[in-house]
Amino acid sequence: MVIVGHVDHGKSTLVGRLLYETGSLPDGKFEQIQTVCRRRGMQFEWAFLMDALQAERDQNITIDVSQIWFKTRRRNYVIIDAPGHKEFLKNMVSGAASADAALLLIDAHEGIQEQSRRHAYLLSLLGIRQVVVVVNKMDLVNFDQAVFTRIEADYRDFLRQLNVQPLQFLPIAARDGVNMVTPDPRTSWYEGPTLIQMLDDLEQPVPPADLPLRFAVQDVYRFDRRRILAGRIESGTLRVGDTVVFAPSNKESVVASIEVWNAAQRSAVSAGESVGITLREQIFVERGSVGNHIDQMPIETNRFRARVFWMGDRPLSLAKKYKIKLLTQEIECQLASIDQVIDASTLEASSAIRRTVEKNEVAEVTIQSRGPLVMDNYDRLQTSGRFVLVDGNDVAGGGVIFGGVYLVHKQVKSSNITWSESHIRYRDRVERNGHPGLVVWMTGLSGSGKSTLARALEKELFERQMQAYVLDGDNMRHGLNSNLSFSPEDRVENIRRVAEVAKLMADAGVITVTSFISPYRLDRVRAREIVASSGVEFVEVYVSAPLEVCEKRDPKNLYRKARAGEIKGFTGLDAPYEIPENPELVLETSEESAEACLEQLLEFLLPRLRVD
Amino acid sequence: MTGAKFRHLDALENQSVYILREAHRKFKRLAMLWSIGKDSSVLLWLARKAFFGHVPMPCVHVDTSYKIPEMIQFRDEKVREWNIDLIVGQNKAALAAGRTFPNGALTRVECCGLLKKDALQQVIEEKDYQAVIVGIRRDEEGTRAKERYFSPRDRNFEWNFKDQPPELWDQFKTDFDPGTHIRIHPLLHWTEINVWEYIEREKIPIVDLYFAKDGFRYRSLGCAPCTKPVPSQATTVAEIIEELRETKVSERSTRAQDQESEDAFERLRASGYM
Repeated sequence: MVIVGHVDHGKSTLVGRLLYETGSLPDGKFEQIQTVCRRRGMQFEWAFLMDALQAERDQNITIDVSQIWFKTRRRNYVIIDAPGHKEFLKNMVSGAASADAALLLIDAHEGIQEQSRRHAYLLSLLGIRQVVVVVNKMDLVNFDQAVFTRIEADYRDFLRQLNVQPLQFLPIAARDGVNMVTPDPRTSWYEGPTLIQMLDDLEQPVPPADLPLRFAVQDVYRFDRRRILAGRIESGTLRVGDTVVFAPSNKESVVASIEVWNAAQRSAVSAGESVGITLREQIFVERGSVGNHIDQMPIETNRFRARVFWMGDRPLSLAKKYKIKLLTQEIECQLASIDQVIDASTLEASSAIRRTVEKNEVAEVTIQSRGPLVMDNYDRLQTSGRFVLVDGNDVAGGGVIFGGVYLVHKQVKSSNITWSESHIRYRDRVERNGHPGLVVWMTGLSGSGKSTLARALEKELFERQMQAYVLDGDNMRHGLNSNLSFSPEDRVENIRRVAEVAKLMADAGVITVTSFISPYRLDRVRAREIVASSGVEFVEVYVSAPLEVCEKRDPKNLYRKARAGEIKGFTGLDAPYEIPENPELVLETSEESAEACLEQLLEFLLPRLRVD
Repeated sequence: MTGAKFRHLDALENQSVYILREAHRKFKRLAMLWSIGKDSSVLLWLARKAFFGHVPMPCVHVDTSYKIPEMIQFRDEKVREWNIDLIVGQNKAALAAGRTFPNGALTRVECCGLLKKDALQQVIEEKDYQAVIVGIRRDEEGTRAKERYFSPRDRNFEWNFKDQPPELWDQFKTDFDPGTHIRIHPLLHWTEINVWEYIEREKIPIVDLYFAKDGFRYRSLGCAPCTKPVPSQATTVAEIIEELRETKVSERSTRAQDQESEDAFERLRASGYM
């Protein structure tokens, strides 16, 4: 059981009192703290029982997670006292992640605070279903029912958005023991159970033995001529004689024995057990493999979506390498995109373009790993649906997986599958890449900023692990189109070829960004038709800037040459530019910075590049 | 499977076995501390569970030379019986110079620092161990309650309890800068009663000193000059469990070095004690 709440809302006091009320204090401890308090010239401080470290006594903040044991008539408890101070979020997570139930503490006087919300959100992420809300310090509000009712209504509202069903709201005053063990006349309006009764009514979670089997292999031992696969049954049940398929290699074998030492023979083992098994046929299995039953296979992918909470001092960034640890799998990974950052205290999602997730933030992200990972959606199986991210040497973030697609696995009987059966379809490429192919057609005057934006966009997409490539005048005219001049006919042919190449590349799964003046409306319409014929999306982007601005920029010295008569038929001067009528996007590069334009581009494109 | 009486021990055992296997897999130069006491004897037993009767890492005993003689006898007997690779660590320099508490040269805490903490440090350096498995539990006392399963120490073996790695979902910190030293604590989530219940269920041999003789028994074993027996009539493991259910006296209260000052033990631990 974990106790969380905003700083100074009285967690340590509550725990000290619980120990005292249940007679769980060691002899002399009460007196010892009394002496310490007297020595320091202060009134009795319950929190000192928990805050056993010298440093804490001086700072008055619970730095780390303390664990305390107590028992009621019904059963034994381990209390995890988690720090409420924002800086110590990682310690709170360390404490709460192993809890079966949570007590959320709110100060009646101060009401719901930032941390009250943030902690509730984290508890829901950590998968703790049993939540009891304790409204403490009722003495400071004269045991006023209205205060209690208002806090209950507000907080219930918030918890509903998290899908957390609080079991009970309790009004207490921990310092004086109100409603801890016996009902108190000062809260006669409250008819629910006391805290101890409430705790005794909580359910002990049962390990998920009847869910799909996930056997996470930790190691392979050779002892006494046996080859033993050691690991833990994360969920489900494994029996001698079962056929087990090991993902991601998908090799299968039959369980020959369950190995034990100094214990009775076993024919089945289930969730939560650390076991060793031997197989009938020797197949290659290593640490990281996950054993499953064929009809209930996990997801296997190198790209997935997750909600992550970040505890690292350095922000979680795009284009940086991390290590992901999921069950016993460890592999290098990168963020492919940051889809939403969620304010854990308001639950508001911001989809502003972000390149980093800061410490203490929660975000929805897409992660790409260097190789396949075996996983489940968190709402299906908790233990195989969660992971940590390691930055350098440090565990710096945790995450839960959502939205993954389960494929139906068929048992492969024949080894004579011919290649002709497995045509690679556009859909297969999309699944491998994690995004569809697409053509971004940039049009605009020379010097309007097409190339700058195209290159910046390419880089952004590349860092999100996407396949992206820029087609521009240089790489087209120097090769494929080297036989074309700047005459009107050749310009038409130039654009036709560009469109055809862009279509092929997009069909191969690449996000193709073209950067050509392409001044004629008809040419652009034709390009759109060519690309659309293969079912690929065409995004026309008008990169707009007044002629004077473009001429002033003149990055390639072309306007100067055209004015001097060295170039004939120059668009904007002695050749027309036909402004797009219905482009998907207009970027005003003379009014907004390159960064702002790039953001508009990304905001428009990223949702179109998601695969659902 | 065992009866319902001990079912809660299955979860504790499974978790400890998982941690021991992670430790064995992650650290090539790994050792286990064996103080001959009940906790580290349970730890040793759990290792044999995890590795199917084998103990695939050396066991280090820090011998202060003031240990109660029965402990050494018990140790040498089990080393043969269980095929254990025993390494004995001792701060010979301090002993030769007579720098100990029983000699009257040091306080109890200083003596622990030299004969236990420094002796351990010397073995770790000499054998170049990256990681040491230690049988401490959270319920022993306040500073141990703050521990992690995988707990880093810096080059000077110091423990920075204010900046500990997060530990969640059994994903432990297993990547470190060179020179960092790791303490691994597979018994962290056990309580004193759990340890005895497990000894009872598994019939684990332990040194006789824990059982009452002439109305006294040892509850916690340390050095003879600093460990006092407590009044007790418990002569079997079952009776010890019964007795512990009733007591409100803390386990380490018989260890004199903890009582020297308010934060004596905390300071000892921050500088590298077990």
